[in-house]
Formats: sequence, structure tokens, C-alpha cells
Amino acid sequence: MRDRTTSTPSLAAQVLLLAAIIVFCLFPFYWMVLTSLKSQLVALQTPPAWIFDVTFSNYTEVLFDNNVGRSLVNSLIIAVVTTAFALLLGAPAAYALARFEFRGKKELWFWFITNRMVSPIVLALPFFLIVRSFGMLDTHIVLILIYLTFNLPIVIWICTDQFRSIPREIDEAAVLEGASQWRIFRSLCLPLAAPGLAVSAIFSFIFSWNELMYALVLTRNQAKTAPAMAVSFMEGYSLPYGKIMATSTLIVVPVIIFALIASKQLVRGLTMGAVK
Amino acid sequence: MQATQDIGRNAAALQRGGRPAAEEAIIDVNRVRAGTKLGFLGPAVFALAAIGLAPLIFAIWTSLYNYNLTKLANMRFIGLGNYAAVFTDPVFWQAMGRTFTMLVIALPVQIALGMGIALLLHQPGLGFLKTLARLSLVIPMATTYAVVGLLGQVMFNLKYGVVNQLLGFIGIDAVNWLGVPAYAFATIIFWDIWQWTPFCALVFLAGLTTVPMEIEEAARLETKSWWTVLRHIQLPFLVPGLTAVLILRTADTLKQFDMVFTMTRGGPGSSTELISLLIQRIGFRAFDQGLASAQAVVLLVITIVLSRLYIRIFYREV
Repeated sequence: MRDRTTSTPSLAAQVLLLAAIIVFCLFPFYWMVLTSLKSQLVALQTPPAWIFDVTFSNYTEVLFDNNVGRSLVNSLIIAVVTTAFALLLGAPAAYALARFEFRGKKELWFWFITNRMVSPIVLALPFFLIVRSFGMLDTHIVLILIYLTFNLPIVIWICTDQFRSIPREIDEAAVLEGASQWRIFRSLCLPLAAPGLAVSAIFSFIFSWNELMYALVLTRNQAKTAPAMAVSFMEGYSLPYGKIMATSTLIVVPVIIFALIASKQLVRGLTMGAVK
Repeated sequence: MQATQDIGRNAAALQRGGRPAAEEAIIDVNRVRAGTKLGFLGPAVFALAAIGLAPLIFAIWTSLYNYNLTKLANMRFIGLGNYAAVFTDPVFWQAMGRTFTMLVIALPVQIALGMGIALLLHQPGLGFLKTLARLSLVIPMATTYAVVGLLGQVMFNLKYGVVNQLLGFIGIDAVNWLGVPAYAFATIIFWDIWQWTPFCALVFLAGLTTVPMEIEEAARLETKSWWTVLRHIQLPFLVPGLTAVLILRTADTLKQFDMVFTMTRGGPGSSTELISLLIQRIGFRAFDQGLASAQAVVLLVITIVLSRLYIRIFYREV
């Protein structure tokens, strides 16, 4: 007699379930790419077409006529510079959290991590007013700075872990040699922490690249990022579905490549602060 | 082991004519001057204070004023007036209610499905297919949230959407997913489940791999029931992951903006207007910065209280 809760489902059932998971995860992505290759006429067919004459005109149009190209460049500049700042400021702080004892360390850690929890709208309101009074709306530097509010914590979180995993004996030996803390950090620990730095850089890049609300509120034309640009296609009555999906594909593909590269660390990065 | 090492190090230190290692370690820590610590930490703390804390204080100041961007001439101090308005405003609490309704429906589904997927992937065998499935799980959670919303608009469209076409194949009539309030709300929940179930699955899978092999194998010899193994052997190792999912999904639902904004703009009516969308509308489309700031401060307080509460419940030992 078989127990109703016997351990493994049969092999065939497993294959079916796995196939269902894969299709379920990938289908929307497939549909996005498919729609991006449809002319407006095909995109507005009912029921939707699965087989049609492929056109790349959506891509050439959004890139060269609709400023999506420039918005992608904006996104790239902002994501790269904010990531560089986050590493520059975050790595030393992470080293201090991993190596030094001081009062208020727990409170400081909690504050860093709380930044992850706060809704961006809470900061978007005052930031808008401040930036507006300085006449700095629609500039790259504003987004670069405000993106540090979530990139700095993620760099600190991942790198503190990484520095903790470097054996203390290494820097104790260096201290005996008379090396300063700064030198130990720069020439000894930083190279050893390279994997952590790389992973946190990938995260910082992905978060900045994906961000929408701040970009929507703080940019108009000059510094408009790609997600904000994609949203601006949604105005008006006849929606250009092909163009919207072409822009979406251009935004998503680099992120997915990065995410797959860092897929082993993805969980660690996304559960930041919530797992000890 | 530790003791042996200490003895060895003490001996080495004494040979050099120095102090014993244990004492040396303490001095070592203290020897880092306060100035050095400040040099390492200062820039990051200063930056976060300047961009993360100062604006918050400014938001609290704004929330005490009648501050409408279209009627700046009327700007004046009204004390807690905006807060009184928030607390008595049914629109605010309805948005809050929708946000928590979404959380309460989506989260258990994400946890249950995620657990099922994790257990399936944790089974031995079918290596290639499982690697493929694990990589596929990365795609939804990596997809730009705004794009997920845009994609939702395309796929759930009444006339041109593929979802209605697929439902048609199994004999279900076309549904106006984004046009009817209740369906629109169901759709954003479904879409949230699509994007974040993989996250739960990967977190639980990571938890399952921390169960020592010997223990799990011994348990499997004892019983054939996967439920017994899950409850008595695997669950303790899954608690940290479960906690993380609970805390982060709560925070992320309170933050939820991009996907819903790009898919429904909060509509039809206000049926999908979650709390972050409401505050964005009041602040940037009604231009009532004072009221929006008060709403944001209330949201911030709720967020902090909830995360403190979670931390107190789950990390009691800290």
C-alpha cells in the first residue's frame, strides 16, 4: 500500500512540473521580444498573432527617432557613476564594520539596513523640493546622489560579509610589521575582497538601472532614464505596443545578463539585512 | 583547537619577548585610533546622512505647512493640520487597506508555491532540467519592475492580450482584466506573484542546501513521508529564509510603485491605488506637498514600527 505522502513524485510528474515552471517564468519574456518584432498593424490584431513578418523597425525607430538611445546612455552614465561612488564610500565603511569595535555599531548597522525598507516616495517628495529650489531638476548628478541611498547600504551589506571572511591573522601579522590600517585595507584586504566588490557592483548597477520613481519625479528630458522613457510612451490613446516592447527589451536584456552572472549571489544580495 | 592555537601563539609571542597573544589581540583592537575609524566610516555616514536623513527632516518640516505648489501664495504654518487630515481621510486608509490586502493574499501564495518549487528542485536527479529551471527563476525577479508593468498591460489587454487568447483555448470568455476594478486588483496581485514567487523559491532552496546531508539522509531512511522530513528536519533550517521573505515582502509591498503605476496608474477608479501611488498622486499630480509629506511620514513610521516588530519577534536573542 502506498502512503499518501510518499516521498518523491514520479519522474514524469517532475519533468512536467519543471517544464511548467520554466514556461511560466520565460513566457512573458518571450512575449515581450515577440511583440517588439511586430509592426503596429500586427500588434493590434485580435486574437494576437504568433507567426508574422518580423520587423526590426520598432528598434530603429525608438533608438534613433524617439530618444530611447539617449535615455539608455543616461541610464548607463547614472548607474555606473553611482556604483563607483557607492564602492568608494561603502568599501571602507564595510571594512570598519567588519574589523573595528566602537560604540553605537549596532545602531549604525540598523540605520544602514533600514534604508532598504523605506519607500522611495518618502524621499522623493523632499528631494524634489530641495533640488527644485537649487534649479537642479533634470540633471544626472541628482539621480546619482539619490541612488546612493539604496546602493550604499547594499555595498556595505555585501562587503562587510566579505571582509569578515578574510582571516584576521593576515592583518594581525601586518600590524606587527608596522603597517597602518589604511595600508592593510588598501593593499591587503581590498584585493582579497574583490569577489564581494564585484557582486555588490552588479547589484548596485541593477538597482540603479531598474529604478523608476525617482527618475519619473526628478527628470524631464536631459537626464531622463530608460524606464522613465518607456513609461512616457504610455500617454495618448493609440498605444505603440511594438515600440514599448522594443524599449522594454533594450532595458531588460543587460539586467538579465548581469543577474544570470551573479545568480549564485542573487539571493544573498536580495535578502540583505534580513538574514544574519 | 582554539586553546591549542592560543597556546601556540602565546609561546610565539613570549619568544619574541612580547605579550601573550590574548592580551595582544585586545590591545590590537584598541590600538586603532578613533581618528582612523572615523576616516573609514565618516564619508559613508556623512553621505547617507546628507542624502537620506536631511531630506527626511525637511519632509517633516514641509508636512507642518499648507504647501501646495500651485498655490504657493497660500503657504502657511498649520501645525498638525495635515496629520489630522491624514488620520481622518478615508482615501488614505483605503489605499493602506489595499496595500495590506495585496500583501495578505500574495504572500501566502508566494510562500507556498516557492516552497513547493524549492522542494522539487532540491530532489536529486534531472540535473540539467533543474539547472535550467533555476536559471529561469532568475528572469522574473531580474526584470525591471516598470517593464513588468508595461508587459502586463500588453498581455492582459482585453482585445490584443495573449492572456485572453490562451484562456479562449480552454473555453473561457475574454475578461476585461484591467478595466474592471476587482479584476484589475486581482491582476496586480497575480503579477506580483509571478514576479516574486521565484524569489521565495530561491531563498528556500538556499535554506534547504544548508541542511546537513547526513541528517537528511538518515531521516529519509526512517520515513517516506516528505511532510515529516519537511516539518522536523528541514523547517528549522528554513526559518531564517522565511523571516527574510516576510520582512522583505512586507517592506516591498509598502514600497510597491513601479509595476502597478506602469500597468494601471492606480485605476480603474482608485481600485489599484496602493499607498505609494496615492502619495505620489497627491504630491506630484495634485501638487499638495504638505499633505503628501504628512502621508509619507505616517507611512515611514508604519514601516519602521513594522520592521522593529518583526525584528523583535524573530530575532529575540539579539
